[in-house]
Amino acid sequence: MSRLFTALIACLLLTGVAFAVAVDEKPLEDPVKEAMARELMKDIRCLVCQNQSIEDSNADLARDLRQIVRERIAMGDSPENVRAYLVDRYGDWVLLEPPVKPQTYFLWASPFLFLALVAVAVARRRKAAPPAPLSADEEAELARIMKEKGEDK
Amino acid sequence: MQRFLPLIIVVALFAIFLQMMTDGDRNPNEIKSVMVGKPVPTFTLPAVVDGEGELSDDFLKSGRPMLVNFFASWCVPCRAEHENLMKLANEHGITIVGIAYKDRHADALAFLDELGNPFRRTALDRDGRLAIDFGVTGVPETFVIDGNGMITYRHWGPIVGDGLEAKLLPAYEAAQ
Repeated sequence: MSRLFTALIACLLLTGVAFAVAVDEKPLEDPVKEAMARELMKDIRCLVCQNQSIEDSNADLARDLRQIVRERIAMGDSPENVRAYLVDRYGDWVLLEPPVKPQTYFLWASPFLFLALVAVAVARRRKAAPPAPLSADEEAELARIMKEKGEDK
Repeated sequence: MQRFLPLIIVVALFAIFLQMMTDGDRNPNEIKSVMVGKPVPTFTLPAVVDGEGELSDDFLKSGRPMLVNFFASWCVPCRAEHENLMKLANEHGITIVGIAYKDRHADALAFLDELGNPFRRTALDRDGRLAIDFGVTGVPETFVIDGNGMITYRHWGPIVGDGLEAKLLPAYEAAQ
């Protein structure tokens, strides 16, 4: 059984590899540049399927953009230049990871803000004053209730 | 006050989501163009209609506003908006430049023969590079260009329904 399971996992891993490699186009001859281009493609959002990177997408436009990425890397552009080229045309939207700038401060800070809010809420609850001790009347009432409960059983 | 705070937050969020949900203009597939406010990219492309000669960005800086429409013979929504393009050209006298996106010359020509040609000038963007320079995410898209060759508006998707009267024409008027 465990062997079957291992084989299943191996199959799943292998399909992952198969999907990651785009077979419809020619990689760059220089393996270093090809790796650089591939790395960059993972950060570029496909404009047709939107939540896939252009590396994952089968859309026509994604293929064209992959080609542009390869061409520009081959020409000696840095990944930053290629990114700027795409942002010029499609906006920050084309980057899967939004850049840190004034419009996105809230976006990037929000997890920490919410964490801080929770921390404040927890701290306040902890600090809340313990309830005042019971008065003599209340103690008597409590004793009476407890006794009643005891008798019910 | 403090005990109502969670309720207030939930109601406020609910109101925001409801507003976004019912906003008819909001299309989650539409990516706002960053090309608006920028000059048209430089290009030179062959014409679709024989005898027009090559089209370059110079034609888009002629001193009067015009529309640039990206279309394709294989694009179904392009057929849907074609009637409106004809109307813009013939009834409103608006200059429209048609760019055939990733199309074959013969197919684009056959498309215009079948449905009519609303374009003053045409160009064949065979590899789709001009569309990428315009930030096009899919055909059809229509750009309003002012007299100086600046992009002032991008209409995403086909010009159908109230898109013509409510959006495109006002944007064209504003470019004048």
